[in-house]
Amino acid sequence: MAASTTTATSRPRRQRTRRIAGNLIYTMALLLVVFFLLTPFLWMVLNAFKTPLQIIKLPPELIFTPTLRNFENVFGTQNFMRYIMNSVFIGAGCTLIGLLIGLPAAYSIARYRQNRLAVAILMARMVPGITFLVPLFIVFRTLGLVDSYASLILAHMLVGLPFIVWVMVPFFESIPRELTEAAVVDGASAVRTFVTVVLPLSGPGIVTASILSFVFSWNNFMFSVVLATNKTRTVPVAIYNFISYAQIDWGGLMAAAVVITLPVLALAIITQRYVIRGLTAGAIKG
Amino acid sequence: MITRFIDRHQRWLFPAPAVIFIVLMMIFPLGYTLWNSFSGWSLTAGRPNTLIGPQNYVELLQDARFWNAVLNTFYFTALAMTVELILGVSIALLLDAKDYPGKRIVTSLLLLPMMATPVAVAMVWLLMFEPTAGVINFVLDELGLPEPLWIAGTNSVIPSLALVDIWEWTPLITLIVLAGLTGLPSEPFEAARVDGASYWQTLRRVTLPMLLPTISVAGLLRFIDCIKTFDIIYAMTGGGPGFSSETLNIYTYTQAFYYFNFGYASALLVIFFTIVTGVSLLVTYSRRRLEV
Repeated sequence: MAASTTTATSRPRRQRTRRIAGNLIYTMALLLVVFFLLTPFLWMVLNAFKTPLQIIKLPPELIFTPTLRNFENVFGTQNFMRYIMNSVFIGAGCTLIGLLIGLPAAYSIARYRQNRLAVAILMARMVPGITFLVPLFIVFRTLGLVDSYASLILAHMLVGLPFIVWVMVPFFESIPRELTEAAVVDGASAVRTFVTVVLPLSGPGIVTASILSFVFSWNNFMFSVVLATNKTRTVPVAIYNFISYAQIDWGGLMAAAVVITLPVLALAIITQRYVIRGLTAGAIKG
Repeated sequence: MITRFIDRHQRWLFPAPAVIFIVLMMIFPLGYTLWNSFSGWSLTAGRPNTLIGPQNYVELLQDARFWNAVLNTFYFTALAMTVELILGVSIALLLDAKDYPGKRIVTSLLLLPMMATPVAVAMVWLLMFEPTAGVINFVLDELGLPEPLWIAGTNSVIPSLALVDIWEWTPLITLIVLAGLTGLPSEPFEAARVDGASYWQTLRRVTLPMLLPTISVAGLLRFIDCIKTFDIIYAMTGGGPGFSSETLNIYTYTQAFYYFNFGYASALLVIFFTIVTGVSLLVTYSRRRLEV
């Protein structure tokens, strides 16, 4: 280090200045990206802890005495715990049933190259949800199933199932054929081979598929706003109902937003390796 | 005995539950919609579910609100998609260019906008867009810049909604391109370096051409999702002010669940479905072509 600075001519020095300037611009660009990504979240969290007066105050205060009133309101006056439980129940239901019917289907698609079936399931991902929602609403209404868990779980499976198949098909394709063939030679039945050989090797894939299915069910708004009216209301619908009042309670709204976003974000961060793979799986070859 | 039966018929027994689900929850509803689109069924107008022929489609073609929705849909989609692609690819190249501390943290931050509940996100942007008390116009005011009406203005509403979509989904493009970048072979880059190519030359002649398949698939995926964006538009504007942000999805929703014109809404759905399926087929086709 010392030697290089003493013998430094003007050329390397100029190069070094350029490199430092380049690094500075690079760092600033990075910070700009991070700033753009995080500001809405920062704003959500800050305002969730503000009083109504603090929220509309300009310039906005970044340092203030936080209040928990908004959260008390959300859980006290609104029946928010109930909506959270509804969302968890519907998300878990749609994921479990989705796995139950999606895993064997994905395995079959991978093994027998049933491309037409794969395309049919992925159509649910492509086609606008409302195409299914209108006729399903009519049917559920006739059957008296509007505002029932069954109708919501079934509808949410339209969101979850494509993710499960999308993630699992390439995963099953990567399991060596020899393993399943060895099991069959040993006299294991098809179901047994699938349950004791294939599934244990597919842990990461199943985790990815489950997370994506659960999160996108939790986030789903369109199916829920139509099919869940009272008993089965989910959190996105509950938070949307906040703004239908004449005076918007921004603090309560932000507190509710924090409550429903935080669990999903935590889940996403903890399992990010899987989630990134799941989300990009379809676009990258394989 | 049963296991032997399953063994022999594994090929169709394994996917059977999924096939039943597809038939009941997808194919039947689509067929039912097609049928309804030829009926005058409307709860509000008190018309029964009887066939009236192609009248709904004829009315649709003369419905100014329908054409407005078509225009809005494509305006929103083109705007959001273009910016997302340019920004997404640039950010991926930026993140990939150097090693720096906290690289993995930045990658995980990319996940947040698209995993966050869209309705919650919409509420935060609603607060930030607020023309008088919102933080965005406050900052613009301090900088001496013009303060748009954001979602309250008929001309600024679609760009504002597109901005929210851009915030939400640009990271997906970035993640896909980043994954694509790690999958590229290293030889062409070494060859470029040996030949003394600059960073920008390498980018234009080597990196981008090799990334093109990945970028186009990412773009088509975004197209499919943009064209059916519902949550943020419905939660933030409901199609307003007036009808200036009413897209096909919102208009169909209104026809079906405000006016309960099931027949007319079904005709809208058939048109909407046709547009999206056309694009989906394009996706499948181009993917197959690009993978060769």
